Amino acid sequence: MTDTASTNARMQDPSRRARLAEFWYYFSENRGAVIGLVVFVVLVLLALAAPVIAPHPYNAQYRDAILVPPFWEDGGRAAYLLGTDAVGRDILSRLLYGARYSLFIGVVVTLLALTTGIVIGTVAGYFRGWIDTVITRLMDIILAFPSLLLALVLVAVLGPGLTNAMIAIALVQQPHYVRLTRAAVMSEKSRDYVTAARVAGAGNFRLMFKTILPNCTAPLIVQAALSFSTAILDAAALGFLGMGAQPPTPEWGTMLAEAREFILRAWWVVTFPGLAILITVLAINLMGDGLRDALDPKLKRS
Amino acid sequence: MSEIVLEARDIVRDYHVPGGMFGKGRTVHAVKGVSLKVEKGKTLAIVGESGCGKSTLARILTMIDAPTAGELFIDGHQVDITTGGLTPEMRRKVQIVFQNPYGSLNPRQKIGDVLMEPLIINSNTPATERRDRAMTMLTKVGLKPEHFNRYPHMFSGGQRQRIAIARALMLNPSLLVLDEPVSALDLSVQAQVLNLLADLQDEFALTYVFISHDLSVVRYIADEVMVMYFGEAVEYGTRDAVFSNPQHDYTKTLFAATPRADVESIRKRLAKKNAA
Amino acid sequence: MALLEIENLTVTFETAAGPLRAVDGVSLAVSEGEVLAIVGESGSGKSVSMLAVMGLLPWTATVKADRMTFGGRDILSLSPAARRKIIGKDIAMIFQEPIASLNPCFTVGFQLEEALRQHMGLRGQAARRRAVELLEAVGIPDPEERLGHFPHQMSGGQCQRVMIAMAISCNPKLLIADEPTTALDVTIQKQILDLLMRLQAEQNMAMIMITHNMGVVAETADRVVVQYKGRKMEEADVLSLFEAPKHPYTKALLSALPDNATGDRLPTISDFAIDDTPYTGAGA
Repeated sequence: MTDTASTNARMQDPSRRARLAEFWYYFSENRGAVIGLVVFVVLVLLALAAPVIAPHPYNAQYRDAILVPPFWEDGGRAAYLLGTDAVGRDILSRLLYGARYSLFIGVVVTLLALTTGIVIGTVAGYFRGWIDTVITRLMDIILAFPSLLLALVLVAVLGPGLTNAMIAIALVQQPHYVRLTRAAVMSEKSRDYVTAARVAGAGNFRLMFKTILPNCTAPLIVQAALSFSTAILDAAALGFLGMGAQPPTPEWGTMLAEAREFILRAWWVVTFPGLAILITVLAINLMGDGLRDALDPKLKRS
Repeated sequence: MSEIVLEARDIVRDYHVPGGMFGKGRTVHAVKGVSLKVEKGKTLAIVGESGCGKSTLARILTMIDAPTAGELFIDGHQVDITTGGLTPEMRRKVQIVFQNPYGSLNPRQKIGDVLMEPLIINSNTPATERRDRAMTMLTKVGLKPEHFNRYPHMFSGGQRQRIAIARALMLNPSLLVLDEPVSALDLSVQAQVLNLLADLQDEFALTYVFISHDLSVVRYIADEVMVMYFGEAVEYGTRDAVFSNPQHDYTKTLFAATPRADVESIRKRLAKKNAA
Repeated sequence: MALLEIENLTVTFETAAGPLRAVDGVSLAVSEGEVLAIVGESGSGKSVSMLAVMGLLPWTATVKADRMTFGGRDILSLSPAARRKIIGKDIAMIFQEPIASLNPCFTVGFQLEEALRQHMGLRGQAARRRAVELLEAVGIPDPEERLGHFPHQMSGGQCQRVMIAMAISCNPKLLIADEPTTALDVTIQKQILDLLMRLQAEQNMAMIMITHNMGVVAETADRVVVQYKGRKMEEADVLSLFEAPKHPYTKALLSALPDNATGDRLPTISDFAIDDTPYTGAGA
């Protein structure tokens, strides 16, 4: 008996471990992806540790230190490593806290768009017919708008604020998931194993979400990774336009907006938030490319 | 006279092909009025080439698709899947095994789950009993208990086909529709699977509808043979009658086209070649 | 002298799981005008050895052989590209999936004329006339009209005929047919096999027929090589192979044919004690 049990354990293990090993093999072949992953992990750690490592509270205003340049410039102080903004707040601290917002926005928007998109896309791809037609046309309409413009309109309707901005961005992104899921479900639905499950008596719900959906995950994971960065970017843009997070929230886009008038006088107030956005988005995009290499069977070399 | 498990009367299946924005749609007659009857424990082989409607017929017999017209009786009960739902009891009675062993198993499902799924859906069998029954079925089709927790991609084509057969038998069906079950397999594996099917038929008194394009396999396994050509049953009779005295021209062409692997015909061919 | 001679061919693939030996020490030879069948099940390395001859294997493959000559010329020392250029004209190959072997974006005529331009230097009207002739030779009705058709407008059997036309367009000395009828219906298979055998006899081509179907072997071959797990098990002329197979694997293969079923159950491979060593009796 112990013998069978141990064989069982061994049998279970290799598959999962082998799959992970294979995933890592393809992922690690892409050097950019590994760099992206490292940067992303560092960002997450920084965001988590923000209250511990930030030298100042993010909204503390130091009246004696208004528009202090970074420490290596003339007049810079070691207490404010990346300088301060127009009301004397430490930029480094604000950036560290801002990372929390950006990652939070990314996670929430992606989850929101992913879940609704998957459900709608699965329904469309599985049932076809008029439901499919209605859903696809609706998605086509959403996609026909410039995405930021639509998000702006939605925020204008819902009222400015971070939550509404996230909802608006999720709504704008969700058609991509719908299309992707629909296509994947349609191609999987015609496979024999689905018919076999139907003959065994499986109902629609089970077929859709238990039989078909787990086999459509790879492209969705890739899309999720890539749209994570778009979400951050869109949120920053909305923040910049004054429709996203409201001051004094240390959101990167909002920080940019507040600093607009000092672009010429104090370059550091705009450069650092901008760089933070750039690095985060680049890292996530690089990682997404690696994920695509590793998960998309069409790109896989044998 | 023994019990009739499957009876079909004048089964018709039309497909409507939409013509798009311009031009009219057209109707394709995939199955044109096929009738058949299979007794318990017997094998009916349906032979034909691609596009003759044999797979469409298989889907109708398995109650996956509804016929456009015609009546279908399973174990004497009339089945109509368009009006009124299909009871789980009827659904259970007919199961199917597909041609391609690589597409018929869910790649994300362990073999044990593949086998237990029909029980989970259709019955309230407790977990331990489900497991036992799946294990028993696994050994019955010639696999080992340690295969229970493996994923489909770790198996060869022949082993996957055994798993597909095991899954089909989990619900104790009375009729098994086999849609080209051995044509994707190597010769030696084909022999093993055919033997397994014969063993299972003896043990469970199963009735088979065996769909194939390979006449040598059909001659080996069938009790009765139906030859389909462009949606019609052009020949239907006992195996011996069809093979020894084919009536329809198409059946004769089919027999003549089948390559023969016996010494006599090789001799004949070589003699002809040398003479030329 | 033999047209194609291979001695002790070994092909190894580099995979993530380590090297995989697909062909292991296979020797074979084909003479002019001879039909050699290589028969084996999947994984027996029957296609790989011929792809190695053609230089069509991916870069992960390592090909080694003591000798590989075609028409007396050593082809092993050439790079795959140079090899394709030199022998592409004299060796032609057709594949299992006829519809996938043709480019769906171009008409049949364009693809056929391109082959003629590449290998025979025929252009314009001359190429067109030759293309029509070829389609006629492979038994396609209305060849003029067919030249303008796309592959998806034709059936599998017709596509295979076009592939054959392309293969014989430069009068090859050797035609390698890799499972040419496996994807086709029985009645179409018969037509294609008849066509191949007629062309082979007319042009006195040598032919290598790769197949898993014993019936196809029986209907076409002069000589047969049986392969199993990358090794040659047995080589014999077709009649003696079917009459008196010497290697247990060949015996097992023949008795697994439902045609030859005697009892209630078919004998399977495991009923025979098979060692992987080739038969080296009097015949070899």
